[in-house]
Amino acid sequence: MAENNRAVIKLKEKYADSILEVKEFRGEVTVTVAREKILEICGFLKDSLRFNLCTDVTAVDYLGKQEPRFMAVYNLYSIPNKDRIRVKAPVPESDCAIDSVTGLWKSAIFLEREVYDLMGINFRNHPDLRRILMTDDWVGHPLRKDYPLQGPDREPYKGRLS
Amino acid sequence: MANKEVMTVNMGPQHPSTHGVLRLVIELDGEIIEKITPHIGYLHRGVEKLSEHRTYHQTIPLTDRLDYLAPMSNNLGYVLAVEKLLGIEIPERAQTIRVIMAELTRLKSHLVWIACHALDIGAMTVFIYAFREREAIMSLYEKISGARMTSNYFRVGGLSSEVYDGFEKDVREIIDTFPAHFDTYEGLLTKNTIWMQRTIGNGVISAEDAIDYGITGPALRGSGVDWDLRRDNPYSGYEKYNFTVPVGEKCDTYDRYKVRLVEMREAVKIIRQALDSLKPGPILADDPQVCYPPKENVYNTIEGLIHHFKIASEGFPVPEGEVYQSVEAPKGELGYYLVSDGGNKPYRMRIRPPSFCNLGAIEKMAKGAMIADLVAVIGTLDIVLGEIDR
Repeated sequence: MAENNRAVIKLKEKYADSILEVKEFRGEVTVTVAREKILEICGFLKDSLRFNLCTDVTAVDYLGKQEPRFMAVYNLYSIPNKDRIRVKAPVPESDCAIDSVTGLWKSAIFLEREVYDLMGINFRNHPDLRRILMTDDWVGHPLRKDYPLQGPDREPYKGRLS
Repeated sequence: MANKEVMTVNMGPQHPSTHGVLRLVIELDGEIIEKITPHIGYLHRGVEKLSEHRTYHQTIPLTDRLDYLAPMSNNLGYVLAVEKLLGIEIPERAQTIRVIMAELTRLKSHLVWIACHALDIGAMTVFIYAFREREAIMSLYEKISGARMTSNYFRVGGLSSEVYDGFEKDVREIIDTFPAHFDTYEGLLTKNTIWMQRTIGNGVISAEDAIDYGITGPALRGSGVDWDLRRDNPYSGYEKYNFTVPVGEKCDTYDRYKVRLVEMREAVKIIRQALDSLKPGPILADDPQVCYPPKENVYNTIEGLIHHFKIASEGFPVPEGEVYQSVEAPKGELGYYLVSDGGNKPYRMRIRPPSFCNLGAIEKMAKGAMIADLVAVIGTLDIVLGEIDR
């Protein structure tokens, strides 16, 4: 159960006010926290609970499904304890920014650049926030749900004609 | 002090030693690398975006094209993630064949690595030998799935088809030859003076830095971190096999080379154990809503045809939720983060490619090195641009 997870117990003790939701699905624990506290909580997870490997930083666009629109997702792994935790933080569209965790894990430099490029979330205090996969002059963020699959200014694909 | 003049050199995107379309902008002080900036994205095909518009089965062929040197590892990670979302059990035979194919894929990928890495540093013989051996695995791929590279062999719930008669014999024949081949590579490289001079002390990254930069897989083990997902978070029945996880000490290119060579020998051992434990049985889970019906039913009964058509065109609904499943791909931790909204297509699929994070460490590993050593650093990271750019 999620309540017995070692990280969840400690987080609930220390950051009870900032935790929005704790969920377990298929044996994976997801903790949703307030955006303002993301850096502090990630720092606690890294330093006190030894989640030393930041495997992944990504984001999900919940356009029209829930508010706030974006959800930043951090998949953390602890090499000494061999366990995982997923931390999420909601990011509103109006102020589409969140603190960068590059100060904690350098792997986030590339990973956050990709989220910025494809999802359009700004990472505050990121040392080198540039587009990474798309060209520098690209307009728009392709992984957003309102970005057309065919790319901008093109007819949507209607299937093969023959 | 004399004036210091920094020269900027461009390397790639078309360059034989960048292993694909990688572009590096290098700032040089004489021959010493001051700063290195990777530019990627030349091979971006939008796999994550495309998958949001395809059913779960239709995404499997896209995963073949991520790390095109190790297609079955990519398939494996993806189908495991979908199966985790669905919560279905896979029959033992399918799991064992998956392990055999995943380990053959590791051999295939490491053979390309040793071939290109050695070629970059100037040992051409190894390149020819390793590609010859790889050909045997490619032929097996073709026999089993119909394609040499884009295999598309695994399915959600099991495998696309039963293996052909004589598959076990073929695999045994291939892997029986391998230990002698590894001895040949070692004979050509391990004590080779030029090889040692080019790799010892090259691309050093400490264990702390390697974890900090998110390096995974053999590159991390070369830095002395004893961590392998197959052993520590087993999937697809890996807990049943005995194998050792090689670990390096000196954190340099030479140790990473030795780690990968031992890993190849261990892969052969795992394949042997898997072949020994292979028993007849079903290759697809007993879940008609998710799995394709047997081909005889599709060809001979109308119900089977309808069943096949329904799964091929409409797909299957997947419970709402999110999972992250990772596998020990030849290059490192390959993760799939899937978000489902209950429909027949992923709401969001995120691929965590090992090469992408490993490449992020190049600025650390190559800084202060001579420019001629850069190709050795790229080679030891074992990157594939199809996976970095997706």
